Amino acid sequence: MLPFVFEWHWDLGHVVFHGGLWYALSILGIGMTYVSVKTYFDVKRGGH
Amino acid sequence: MDSALIPKGLKRCPFPQFALWIGAWSFIMLWAAIAAVIAWAYGLNTTNLNDYFGFGAWITADLAIIALGAGAFFTGFMRYVLGIDEFKNILNYAVIIGFICYSSALAILALDIGQPLRGWFIFWHANVHSMLTEVAFCISCYFTVLAIEYIPIILENRQLDKVPTLHAFSHNLHHIMAVFAATGAFLSFFHQGSLGGVAGVLFGRPFAFRVHASIWPTTFFLFIFSAIACGPCFTILVTRLTEAITRKKLVARNVILKLATVSGWLLVGYLSVKMLDTLYWAAVTLPKMGVNFFDMYPQAPFNLWILIAELGICGAIPAAILITKKTRENEFLLILAAILNCTGICINRYVMTVQALALPVMPFDKFYNYVPNWIEWITSLAPFAFMAILLSLSYRYLPIFPQEKELNP
Repeated sequence: MLPFVFEWHWDLGHVVFHGGLWYALSILGIGMTYVSVKTYFDVKRGGH
Repeated sequence: MDSALIPKGLKRCPFPQFALWIGAWSFIMLWAAIAAVIAWAYGLNTTNLNDYFGFGAWITADLAIIALGAGAFFTGFMRYVLGIDEFKNILNYAVIIGFICYSSALAILALDIGQPLRGWFIFWHANVHSMLTEVAFCISCYFTVLAIEYIPIILENRQLDKVPTLHAFSHNLHHIMAVFAATGAFLSFFHQGSLGGVAGVLFGRPFAFRVHASIWPTTFFLFIFSAIACGPCFTILVTRLTEAITRKKLVARNVILKLATVSGWLLVGYLSVKMLDTLYWAAVTLPKMGVNFFDMYPQAPFNLWILIAELGICGAIPAAILITKKTRENEFLLILAAILNCTGICINRYVMTVQALALPVMPFDKFYNYVPNWIEWITSLAPFAFMAILLSLSYRYLPIFPQEKELNP
């Protein structure tokens, strides 16, 4: 799952599989962070 | 009693009647919970799964539920990526149905792996040569997407919407929902395909094995195609059932008919490719493996009738009904077509798992049949109870149908 786990190998299989997983998780994480931060500032500004 | 929580201007049944309805379904959930505890506490030998049938009712239910839940991602894909605006009127409901289907599938998987406490191994010690790893990654991520898509629907509740932070959060989430929907569509296409790939790579099982395009067997593409062909029909079916129970019009007829048309043409496309795949499998793949087509359908329940039922009765008939304007507009035929389409997909998922394992592949093998026991039946049917409960709660307390007021003046 992560490069420091003992069975990790720097081969195509690991990079593609785990790269895809982390890519998807990053989009979800960044999206939710953006929404949370924007909400914080919107509420602080009294925008809603 | 709970009128403060019910969306403004919408009528719902009295609370005691609602509580009775939820209580009846909760009884089934409780029964399933007891079965799950027995399976976890005493192991998989409490089920009829064995060394011969490692895949049984749970995997069939899993694959079928995931295919039926495809209406969520495909409706989202059509709404946000293809920009078909009418589908906004059914999208909320499709998302909730998808959320229920995927959470049920994950719950059943937690039973099927026998030791759910080690469920995280598939992520941490991933076998990158396994289609199932991709399935696990994509299903988990897509379930997260569905949960994210469900959040703003929940936050539209009359009382929650009064909280400024929640209102703003919901508003901002709506703004970037297209990003989540597109990610969900990408993940769904892949895991639906990988579920098919799991069967198609089994070179020791001639019934399931298929010719490959690069690393992907044809079942990879067929599973995607079949899921997007039946998912919208399941959404139609649940919506119409909800309308019958609530005795209200909830989604405009033109939206339902458009979804039915899309589903019909996708089903035609799927059946065409599936027929070609079956012909190639019968004429080339099987002879190469030293068996013939009729060896694959030796006796009931796995005789030729199951193939005729899957592709003819539950394939060609609903496809013909759905693509023909006159029959599609007939309410009875529309519902019949939706039921047949969903049944066809369930048969497909059943034969690709149970029939593939039932057929003998070694000279010393015998033909075995498999019948699930009560633990497998009740836990496989529990998603219907869960669906009834969550859809009822969502319908009662959330404004999930944008056209409800307009259609029920």
